Amino acid sequence: MQQTALKPKKKNAGYRLKRAFTRYWQLYLLLALPVLYVLIFSYKPMAGIQIAFKKFSAREGIWGGDWVGFHYFLKFFDTYKFWEILRNTLVISVYQVVASIPIPIILALCINCIRNKGYKKTVQMLSYMPHFISTVVMVSMMMQLFNTRSGLIVLLFRSIGIEIGDIFASPAAFPHLFVWSGVWQNAGWGTIIYLAALAGVDPSQHEAAIVDGATRFQRCIYVDFPVIVPTMVILLIMDMGRVMSLGFEKVYLMQNDLNISASEIISTYVYKIGLTGSADYSYSTAISLFNSVVNLILIILTNIFSKKVSGSGLF
Amino acid sequence: MTHVQAGRSKARAGSREAALTRQDRIFYTVINLVMVLLILLVVIPIINVIANSFSDGNAVASGKVTLWPVDFSLQGYQTTFENKDIWLGYGNTIVYTVLGTVFNLALTLIAAWPLSRSDLPGRSPIMFFFAFTMLFNGGMIPTYLNVQQLGLINSRWCLIVLGGISVYNMIITRTFFQTTIPRDLIEAAELDGCSELRFFFTIVLPLSKAVIAVITLYYAVYHWNAYFEAFLYLTRKELYPLQLILRQILLENTITADTVLEADMAVNYNLVETMKYAVILVACVPIWCVYPFVQKYFVQGVMIGAIKG
Repeated sequence: MQQTALKPKKKNAGYRLKRAFTRYWQLYLLLALPVLYVLIFSYKPMAGIQIAFKKFSAREGIWGGDWVGFHYFLKFFDTYKFWEILRNTLVISVYQVVASIPIPIILALCINCIRNKGYKKTVQMLSYMPHFISTVVMVSMMMQLFNTRSGLIVLLFRSIGIEIGDIFASPAAFPHLFVWSGVWQNAGWGTIIYLAALAGVDPSQHEAAIVDGATRFQRCIYVDFPVIVPTMVILLIMDMGRVMSLGFEKVYLMQNDLNISASEIISTYVYKIGLTGSADYSYSTAISLFNSVVNLILIILTNIFSKKVSGSGLF
Repeated sequence: MTHVQAGRSKARAGSREAALTRQDRIFYTVINLVMVLLILLVVIPIINVIANSFSDGNAVASGKVTLWPVDFSLQGYQTTFENKDIWLGYGNTIVYTVLGTVFNLALTLIAAWPLSRSDLPGRSPIMFFFAFTMLFNGGMIPTYLNVQQLGLINSRWCLIVLGGISVYNMIITRTFFQTTIPRDLIEAAELDGCSELRFFFTIVLPLSKAVIAVITLYYAVYHWNAYFEAFLYLTRKELYPLQLILRQILLENTITADTVLEADMAVNYNLVETMKYAVILVACVPIWCVYPFVQKYFVQGVMIGAIKG
């Protein structure tokens, strides 16, 4: 009896595959389309990465062209723009990570303390509103609010005697503008993950604390807050792992000739080299490959770090 | 019995209310202040946009409008709705959003269900196959060349098919399946001779309305707000989604001939300023009307997404 049960395990891989397929073919059938999709739309482009090491010719496609080794990478490291672009990318990203951590936590702790359900729901609903504004609309709202003739924020400062001028023309203001508008958009949305963690607080802990005479504020600090610390640590580590993957969309829309010294980041530079002007495909691919590789290394490192610190990682 | 219980709990609640110490009352006051501040910070810029959109162009351009319309006027909206490009963009975006979201949902659900089954041989490598695309991708130019090769440049299908599956959403869905569809149910169905496909379509999907609602919203918002793909891959204006049209009107200040009225330049400039505010609202309001209905599932959606994949 036992022997027969063990028997299939001893058979070769082909047999096991066949068995798995006869038992689960319908599940594999469901998977087939998504797998095919990812192959075509995510993995196939990866073959195109080779043009970073080649002189791309439109006629011969990605498989043709002469190999040039690390020529384009060295070219990028040599340009005077390299350090500026790297610095801008890191300054904006790290600033964003640091600035967007505390506010959602404070808000979540406060929202969690609201006792009236309807009030709580309304606050949450309003706080999610900015998250659903598209990047294009967000940037234009900012431009309207900072419009030197009629913008609300400019008028506000003018009423207390401060003239802030055209903030979009100032390189020094760019990181602040980018980061704090992001905080405005996403702080409310960011509370969700903490509220989810807070929903898991054991009510008996609160009751015990009440018996011990703890005030609501003390319970907030000593009962609620510790529950969200692991979530906070994981989010912080994950965000640090993504500092090199600063998105293209918003930065590109906020760029102009006057703030470009602070607003040119890797992804916008990749676009300009690759798809505008002389459209140097190989050079652009080399820059973005450099970025992806650094990014991948950072993610793997932070994941290892995260596993050490909090016992859990993304993968 | 229930009456007694209700009375007791009421009494308990009452005693808790009474037990509010002075410190607690100060604390709740501070909480309320923070909430009011939060709401004001969120709402004031939006109210400013609304006020400007209903104001007269001259008042807008001279900076008279703050939180209430000045010289109430519907000119901004009139100009917006007379603009052919806005309608074009709106129509295109609706098509892209509806078809794109359906495509996204289909791919996500049929990938998530098999991958949620711990008994499926080969599950981990297939999962890695998907997850790896979150960590690494071909980059802008190789992706562009791929899209070109597939003949999707300047094609409507481009915006429907690209971004077909978000692995993040797939993981949320997968985790939802893992936690809500009991193993016993799968085994019982198997014993009753229910096929895997039938089980998926007639039992799993109807039980998963919550997660379907959340990821539908995520995908729909993504399509509604997307401009990057359109910006890279579309050059023919009749295919432009709303966001690209908005970019032209709001950020590049290029308003096509049919909107420029035969009036003097100053009036025109002022009118365009009001119109910009109206356009911003016209783009945002549809989503603002939808998300509150799905709001109760957000916490659930993010919570299960936060659990590692």
